[in-house]
Amino acid sequence: MTETAAVPTSPPISDADPFAPEHLEHPEPLHRQLRQAGPVVRLSRYGVHALARYQEVYAALVDWQTFQSGAGVGLANFRHERPWRPPSLLLEADPPHHDAPRRVLRDILAPLTLRRLQETWQAVAEELVATVLAEHGREFDAFEALAAAFPLRVFPDAVGLGPHGRENLLPYGNMAFNAFGPRNALVEADAHRVGALSDWVNAQCAREALSEDGFGARIWAAAERGDLTHAQAPLVVRSLLTAGVDTTVHGLAAALYAFATHPQEWQRLRERPELARVAFDEAVRWQSPVQTFFRTATTDVDIAGTRISAGGKILMFLGSANRDPDRWADPDRFDLTRDPSGHVGFGMGIHQCVGQHVARLEAEALLSALARRVGQLELAGEPRRHLNNTLRSWSSLPVRVLPAS
Amino acid sequence: MVVHNLLPAMPRSSPTLSLRVRAKDVVADGVVSLALDHPDGVRLPDWTPGAHIDLVLPDGTTRQYSLCGDRWDPHSFRIAVLRESAGRGGSAYVHDRLMPGDGVSVGGVHNHFPLVPADRYLFIAGGIGITPLLPMIQQAELVGAEWELLYGGRARASMAFRADLTHAYGERVHIRPQDECGLLDLAAWLGEPLPGTKVYCCGPAPLLAAVQQACAHWPDHSLRTERFTAADQSEPARSTPFEVELRRTGRKVTVAPDVSVLHAVRRAGAEVLSSCEQGTCGTCLVPVLEGAPDHRDAVLADHERAAGDCMLPCVSRSHSDRLVLDL
Repeated sequence: MTETAAVPTSPPISDADPFAPEHLEHPEPLHRQLRQAGPVVRLSRYGVHALARYQEVYAALVDWQTFQSGAGVGLANFRHERPWRPPSLLLEADPPHHDAPRRVLRDILAPLTLRRLQETWQAVAEELVATVLAEHGREFDAFEALAAAFPLRVFPDAVGLGPHGRENLLPYGNMAFNAFGPRNALVEADAHRVGALSDWVNAQCAREALSEDGFGARIWAAAERGDLTHAQAPLVVRSLLTAGVDTTVHGLAAALYAFATHPQEWQRLRERPELARVAFDEAVRWQSPVQTFFRTATTDVDIAGTRISAGGKILMFLGSANRDPDRWADPDRFDLTRDPSGHVGFGMGIHQCVGQHVARLEAEALLSALARRVGQLELAGEPRRHLNNTLRSWSSLPVRVLPAS
Repeated sequence: MVVHNLLPAMPRSSPTLSLRVRAKDVVADGVVSLALDHPDGVRLPDWTPGAHIDLVLPDGTTRQYSLCGDRWDPHSFRIAVLRESAGRGGSAYVHDRLMPGDGVSVGGVHNHFPLVPADRYLFIAGGIGITPLLPMIQQAELVGAEWELLYGGRARASMAFRADLTHAYGERVHIRPQDECGLLDLAAWLGEPLPGTKVYCCGPAPLLAAVQQACAHWPDHSLRTERFTAADQSEPARSTPFEVELRRTGRKVTVAPDVSVLHAVRRAGAEVLSSCEQGTCGTCLVPVLEGAPDHRDAVLADHERAAGDCMLPCVSRSHSDRLVLDL
């Protein structure tokens, strides 16, 4: 809406580096500071504006006209900087180019279309949980054994990947999500394998590399129908492989961590397994596996009195919005009686996570299988985070379980 | 300098959008265009070229109209309405009685006629069928695709947006009024299949049939036509309360016209996860055990709607007096 604006004011300035190890490890104190500082904060270190309150983050997410994704959703501004790989046709695209890939993927990953996978995934989850309990006994690393193992077992099959090289999926995702941040040590650590990992992923996107009945084949079928171009199809498959693995792995880990530290909520889930869906979204709200994304202003824009110039980058703290006390009562509490609807952990608007129903289906299968077999779930040691510029992630989650009686 | 003020955009809690007629203009003989906006200035749902809205008129009738405005303006919808003498009164109401400042309800944005990527487009419009093609043309320009428009109508004066199109796009636009040129010369335009060209056609049924026939020897999927299904057109939106039963708890709740099913069942204690609350994300999908849902979402495919065994309660409602949900 165009209006005569009041004289813009200068926003509070913070010299904090949100991508520094201490903030990636424990983002909440910085989030609190930024929310309290104001609706818009200038991050002097990177020359960008930041939004940390729910209302502004939500408004910026849905306003694709003013806050574009096509100039990159990381710190790099594609108007001036060359992207490290050909940009995503979904995440890093604006209408009209965004329309066709989004529509195709939305239909392939629609909730009713996924129903055909439910039974298979539930069976895999039951078997996985039974095997883990039989082989590891009462103590094991729930990150490796469950959170990482389950998506890696079901998702690549659903996409239609071949059996070889699947161990590249998590490292590729880790690299891609690091690349949205600054070129810090996390990015440098992967510099030597950018080429090899990218080559492997790109090779999997070809039609002949994909089985005949998976998501990947359906994307190629859409190209055959002319709903996409043949040049677009492999990049849309790449989006599945980039955004569909690490996110769900760390989302599931967030849910397991939440339950391991909230025994009462675990009992609640055991009594009412149908709460698994709400539980997963509450865990996504509480931990926000995707912590941040950037947008770029398409025009001079005033947010709560702060002028942001056209072309300026804006950092949206999804994790902070999901714990904004102005939106959520007792926001730091993981609480199954809460209605987490409206959280921005999957984003919002035209770029909202197109795979969210896949993630929920995976979570429902794993959590319900676990709830049937595990009576008590608790931490058996200090969980360890894995640092990533964008993802709130884990490297280990030691747990102790008591089988259900 | 243009300054945009960021307005808060929160999920709506009402089932339909209550919009206001901001402007009404005669754009051709028998055609008026309506600009619709929200009285509070909030964002309207996002849409893509080829999309239509369900317009619920104050007399209770529902009609589908293609959106023909600018999607970069999130605060207003534009539609164009032809007065149909054979119609059931919906268009007459718009022409004769609906005035700027009046309220109308909009039931949801659907797109069965999406623009797919192509190097070249041939747009064929018959009469008021020009409306969905307008944003497509804007988009083809934007991405630098080659395109031409073949636009037929009864008479020049009845052809909406004709002057604007000619003015903006010159020789790409071919205006062919029937009283001057006869029927569209489809054989000349479609006789030779053009690989890489997509043909988009919207207009009266005889035109669609003729274009379909003329494209029979084109590569598969070259032709895209607008289709309004019978279900889309026939059923009026219900304006009276209905009852929703939650099967698992046995609770019953009456859903008033101004309350969404989602909010009604939540008030009755059901826990339903939702996200966008605009019928676009699919998060709140619930199984329907009995009754006939009135689908108003943009997620379900036609066969899924027809099956009637699930619905998105954030926007969808009921045709029947009673719905039973698996909640």
